[in-house]
Amino acid sequence: MTDYADGTVVDGVTYHQHDVVIVGAGGAGMRAAIEAGPKARTAVISKLYPTRSHTGAAQGGMAAALANVEEDNWEWHTFDTIKGGDYLVDQDAAEILAKEAIDAVYDLENMGLPFNRTPEGKIDQRRFGGHTRDHGKAPVRRACYAADRTGHMILQTLYQNCVKHGINFFNEYYVLDLVMVEVDGVKRPSAVVAYELATGDLHVFQGKSIIFATGGFGKIFKTTSNAHTLTGDGVGIIWRKGLPLEDMEFFQFHPTGLAGLGILLSEAARGEGAILRNSEGERFMERYAPTIKDLAPRDIVARCMATEIREGRGGGPNKDYVYLDITHLEPAVIDAKLPDITEFARTYLGVEPYTEPVPVLPTAHYAMGGIPTNVAAEVLSDNTTVVPGLYAAGECACVSVHGSNRLGTNSLLDINVFGKRAGNNAVEYALTAEFIPLPDDPAKPIRELVEMLRTSNGTERMSTMRKELQDSMDRNAQVYRTETSLVEVTKVIENLRGRYKNVMVQDKGKRFNTDLLEAIELGFLLDLAEVLVYSALYRKESRGGHFREDFPTRDDENYMVHTMAYLTGDAHSEDAGDHIKLETKPVVVTRYQPMERKY
Amino acid sequence: MSTATVNSPPAPAEAPIPTFTVTMMVRRFNPEVDEEPRWQDFDVELYPTDRVLDALHKIKWEQDGSLTFRRSCAHGVCGSDAMRINGRNRLACKTLMKDLDITKPVYVEAIKGLPLEKYLVVDMEPFFASYREVQPFLQASSKPEKERIQSAEQRARFDDTTKCILCAACTSSCPVFWTDGQYFGPAAIVNAHRFIFDSRDEASSVRLDILNDKEGVWRCRTTFNCSEACPRGIQVTQAIAEVKQAIMFGKR
Repeated sequence: MTDYADGTVVDGVTYHQHDVVIVGAGGAGMRAAIEAGPKARTAVISKLYPTRSHTGAAQGGMAAALANVEEDNWEWHTFDTIKGGDYLVDQDAAEILAKEAIDAVYDLENMGLPFNRTPEGKIDQRRFGGHTRDHGKAPVRRACYAADRTGHMILQTLYQNCVKHGINFFNEYYVLDLVMVEVDGVKRPSAVVAYELATGDLHVFQGKSIIFATGGFGKIFKTTSNAHTLTGDGVGIIWRKGLPLEDMEFFQFHPTGLAGLGILLSEAARGEGAILRNSEGERFMERYAPTIKDLAPRDIVARCMATEIREGRGGGPNKDYVYLDITHLEPAVIDAKLPDITEFARTYLGVEPYTEPVPVLPTAHYAMGGIPTNVAAEVLSDNTTVVPGLYAAGECACVSVHGSNRLGTNSLLDINVFGKRAGNNAVEYALTAEFIPLPDDPAKPIRELVEMLRTSNGTERMSTMRKELQDSMDRNAQVYRTETSLVEVTKVIENLRGRYKNVMVQDKGKRFNTDLLEAIELGFLLDLAEVLVYSALYRKESRGGHFREDFPTRDDENYMVHTMAYLTGDAHSEDAGDHIKLETKPVVVTRYQPMERKY
Repeated sequence: MSTATVNSPPAPAEAPIPTFTVTMMVRRFNPEVDEEPRWQDFDVELYPTDRVLDALHKIKWEQDGSLTFRRSCAHGVCGSDAMRINGRNRLACKTLMKDLDITKPVYVEAIKGLPLEKYLVVDMEPFFASYREVQPFLQASSKPEKERIQSAEQRARFDDTTKCILCAACTSSCPVFWTDGQYFGPAAIVNAHRFIFDSRDEASSVRLDILNDKEGVWRCRTTFNCSEACPRGIQVTQAIAEVKQAIMFGKR
């Protein structure tokens, strides 16, 4: 056991010491850094330049019951979040989310975020799916927005404020391991190990507290709104350390991805009045959700679209998509409020949204599950035990404020509320804690992994294996699932696990070796896809984003519980049953008893 | 029970989507192998909807894993994949192959004016250093209880420059930036503009002083390369002109 002063180089590994180490520079990581940075020595480590993070791709808005344009209050927001999550939401956490939303928006505005404005000069708000007045009576204007680039503005504003505070960034450093050390019988985080893209060198970042804010893992699917870099490295590291993952079966499929591409078209379009139509031109959502129609939550809309297509009412030559129609909106309104997404339709599909409906299809969008935390953003090692000094926030975490289906605009909210909490709590912890001494050569496992991959003579193409995984996930674990389909994808993963041992890395160099990193990322994708599918097999009911055709109704008697997946053996053995154990965790219910979910 | 999903593969009866073969000329430079950058050609089979990014991925994934470029979101919002495509700065993920003349080879190389690291990857640090120098963050002394009030017109005044994704397509298309490594470059000025014309900000005079420097806004020769290069459609040259005017005549 040892410690190295900041900047020490031993056997080619550079050692760093910071009070707070933040992994990930998206919304949650940078929001945490703004709290921690001014109070303690803080490092933010990111596989990308911070402004490339996928928070920047979020479009529609950030929910908060400001009541700037009509009556609203945080209690209604809490209820909508719980109902939207099909009652798998921890209600104490949802209450915090909705209450703290209001200050979270004002914080951002005060930091400089250029929200759209009302005629009185206040922050403007618009409608979004599942957000309603008085417990479901009608849609309410709750989403604070900046055109259809709200996420871009949040990411830029947070980065700008990090520049203002002189936050120390390590850009294009891939964190590949978390070093846990047993102290008095309790495993505690000591450091993270990072691979520097530019040089291929390894770095050990020792931190008194460590925050994971590493985002999602949508790249387990083929059709996804997620960036190429969203490979779930952070969640995968936590899993490999033997810490549990919660509710992994719940993945959100956003209804309106550009057909064939998966690029997101914001729900804000429907918030501004866009209508989904089938091949007959029918506004089909009226049949499924008579009160709020096209503004039903995403899980419901995505399933309705899939049903329309299955029943032969899809559009196009192969009848395999539906249409998003905004042709009845004024071009001036479209230009002011939806400029980016209309540009996407023009650029990528050659469709003019002023005059033509846009072909759309559900696209894998958001992981509701992830690293279990309490409302203080502390990571849990079982249903209740905190891992001292380890925090998680944002999409990688599961608090759980989203339950089995997240409402639109609640993720930009989540990263701000729980990113801030993580930052505050981590810095408070770090100010009284000591460094946990490092084990000997803490970078050894990663050095061996990197060298093995870089020098191997593997023959299996990484891209081929990844495509097989993604194709199978789209075919078998998407909007509709059955036991048969899920078993099929477990077989695909088993097969890929075997072949992954023989993965080919063509680039043998050290500098900017993205070939090597893509191979490592595929390992994380396989791990997370496996946990997702294994958890989905266990949940023999339909709830929120998880729809089992063989068990099409919600079963509160048996499944009104969170799924907790534990790694019990070699994470890379072929048969999932050898190394995954599933347990459950009670849902926190405060004031809302589960009801049938109608809109 | 059926396991079909909305993404089922098309039935066999359907006609296959036509493909075409394109020659991609990529400016190769692997610092651990090559002395100098050189052009290397790759033939790639593509679909009409494919982007230049898809072509590069096909090369990397199927032919040469050492081909290196940055990319993330793949739909023009993260700013990772600015590169020179047929001599013009563009985002690879926003450039459709069908919009290029594919009867001839398509030339792809790194953006200019920043140190070349490997293939299409350049060192972005000098670019971000210029950005940081213009104090790109809101400076306001008041601490309101709620939001600061800003009219829709005041908000519209700087809307265009809030679109910037810091991809460096503008800065690295600027001939002044190529020859004078000290010039702030269009992107830094755009990001200064975003705050100079924000009614809530109180530090515009500080930023205008910074940009009035010899390496600042006066180096701009109004060649409009930057406006043409911007993948977000920002009127970059106009923003620079507005900053020049603000230095001379005050903010309007």
